[in-house]
Amino acid sequence: MSTRDKEITDSKEDTSGSGSRRLNSGLKKFYFPTAVVLSVVVLSMMIHEAGFEYALDFPKKIFGVDTSKEIEGFLDDSVDWIVINFGGFFDAVSDAIKVILGKLRDLLIWIPWPVMMGLVFVIGWKIASFRIAIMSVVGLIVLAAVNLWEPTMVTVAIMMVSVFLSIIIGVPTGILAAKSDAVDTGIRPVLDTMQTMPSFVYLVPGIMLFGLGNVGAIFATVLYALPPCIRLTNLGIRQVDESVVEAGRSFGSSDMQLLVKIQIPMAIPTIMAGINQTVMMALAMSTIAAMVGAGGLGIEVLRAMGQLKEGEAIIAGCAIVILAIIIDRISQGYVDKRVS
Amino acid sequence: MTADSTQISHHIEVEHLWKVFGRNPMSALAPENVEKSRSEIQSEFDQVVALKDVSFNVKRGETFVVMGLSGSGKSTLVRCLIRLIEATSGSILVEDEDVTLLNEKSLRDFRRTKISMVFQNFGLLPHRNVMENACYGLEIKNISKDERHEKAQRMLDLVGLNGWENSRVSQLSGGMQQRVGLARALAVEPEILLMDEPFSGLDPLIRRQMRSELAELQKEIKKTMVFITHDLDEAVTVGDRIAIMRDGEIIQMGTPQEIILNPVDDFVTEFTEDVSKDRILNASSICVNPDLIWTHSEDLNKLKDHVNKVNPRHIAFVNESGSSLGILMRDSVEQSKVKEDLDRMLKDSPAPISSSSNVKPAISKLADSETPIPVVDAKNHLLGVITQSSILNALAE
Repeated sequence: MSTRDKEITDSKEDTSGSGSRRLNSGLKKFYFPTAVVLSVVVLSMMIHEAGFEYALDFPKKIFGVDTSKEIEGFLDDSVDWIVINFGGFFDAVSDAIKVILGKLRDLLIWIPWPVMMGLVFVIGWKIASFRIAIMSVVGLIVLAAVNLWEPTMVTVAIMMVSVFLSIIIGVPTGILAAKSDAVDTGIRPVLDTMQTMPSFVYLVPGIMLFGLGNVGAIFATVLYALPPCIRLTNLGIRQVDESVVEAGRSFGSSDMQLLVKIQIPMAIPTIMAGINQTVMMALAMSTIAAMVGAGGLGIEVLRAMGQLKEGEAIIAGCAIVILAIIIDRISQGYVDKRVS
Repeated sequence: MTADSTQISHHIEVEHLWKVFGRNPMSALAPENVEKSRSEIQSEFDQVVALKDVSFNVKRGETFVVMGLSGSGKSTLVRCLIRLIEATSGSILVEDEDVTLLNEKSLRDFRRTKISMVFQNFGLLPHRNVMENACYGLEIKNISKDERHEKAQRMLDLVGLNGWENSRVSQLSGGMQQRVGLARALAVEPEILLMDEPFSGLDPLIRRQMRSELAELQKEIKKTMVFITHDLDEAVTVGDRIAIMRDGEIIQMGTPQEIILNPVDDFVTEFTEDVSKDRILNASSICVNPDLIWTHSEDLNKLKDHVNKVNPRHIAFVNESGSSLGILMRDSVEQSKVKEDLDRMLKDSPAPISSSSNVKPAISKLADSETPIPVVDAKNHLLGVITQSSILNALAE
């Protein structure tokens, strides 16, 4: 009898026995999570019961220093310092952008809608395809029919300025990162962080440095739309067929000749994909920027929602989508055409 | 003999070239490591030796073939010559200038003027058409558009691509793409042409065609060529001299005949087994001594007496300075009455072949008639004869 008991005990504790081991490992999975949950509940209840103030409300002062006040104060001072010392610079930039944006917006609105539609048709056909050209014009007709032509033109103007700035900053930076491993390693965490940040966050520095309105919006948009442009330019150049670059080098090409004659032309499809993404992100951001006073379709949505005119809000929202589709199809069509 | 060979300076001299990959390449460079194998060095120093103490010379106008299996180091070697890969140590002298010591600008000039390369994967620019690709080397040198089009056009004609100038590269077959690569390399008029397995990416039929076209081209342009391949047939067709590589070192170097007839070890023997001998045998390697050599003179009777005494099957006639006049079978001699008969028959006898030429034409001649063929040197001096049996013996080896 005792031997049999021993056998039973042994088999229970015997971890080399396959049957009991399966059962044990199945349950073992839950031991740790259960322990964690129980500890959390018990500790929390205990602290509430005991009324430990320190544990219930995070201390305002650590070693006599008011941490949040200190940090806020420091940041306030920093921003003030930047604004005071570089205010002139930011104002100049702001004014320049305002002027350019204003002129562009006026131009787009001045062009009569049939002419504009004709232009879009021609561009769409030349860059992408006939089908896309037709589709784009139809989309524009819809936008005009719901009385959103001018706001569309304003959004387009904001986007054009933002995308232009993104490209002239992003593409050279991407090229630099492609040629220099040091730059690439340094810039990668920055880009990663920038792409993780929610778009709304970009508005903060925009307003701080440029105030409410279109310019702040453009600043935020440029920052938001920059990473894909840099990334894909970098990638595109690095991924160019190594054997072609090798051949180029064998003929005595300088680094600049390699870049201009071989690497950039062969990287264009990828660079264009990057610009496509930049454009789409610029569109997304410029509508959010409506919240900080930018014009265009974004503000139409906000206004309509604020006035509880759901129908108008939906229409304005759809208008944004239509615009997005038109722009995406055309720029994507360019990429596809080149690749084939 | 032609000009003293010591006066012909070598176009390329490679001395003690090493290439070691790893975190500490210099650690594997000790002199005693020459004796060690690649795998021994890897386990001892944790570095990979791609090239181990490689030395060779290439004469001007010579086609020097470097042959070996994958991983033997041949691609690394050719890339070191143009410094697409930097050698770890050693020197590469081109006309007494050490390529490994050139600074960036001089290296660029070297690549632009003295040397160019044809690649296994062609290395063509897909966004340009045929003419623009062929012009690339000239464009790098900032040569005017008209001039470079003219030069490139000449080369495109030479490689047989006339009419294809405006085609996109992607529209061309592999063989044609490689011709563009060749035209591009030739357009800059280099002194040295490097070819990294240029035909390995093509299908066998095209490969053979390209090979013979290249051999023809080489006769015309006479460039110093370093040709990389893993195909022995190709090496033998194209090369004046061959270097066989294994595990980063040259294990045998010589003419195709030397390598095939005197392989230095079992590896080379196995490598060369498949080559059909008749393609590489030259006359000097299979000729034998004639049964009788006779200085042609007036005295026919003296000859006949001698023939009766010696019993040769054939007689090789030479003049006083040793130049071959022809070979006649014994009964032709016995049947002739006067010297003029001999002269007439000698005129009709098989023409001599030079000692360095391939034996194949001789085979077909001997199939028709028994009369041996004289083998002569560059001054027409008789060196020996080729008979039906000497060919059969050589082929049977």
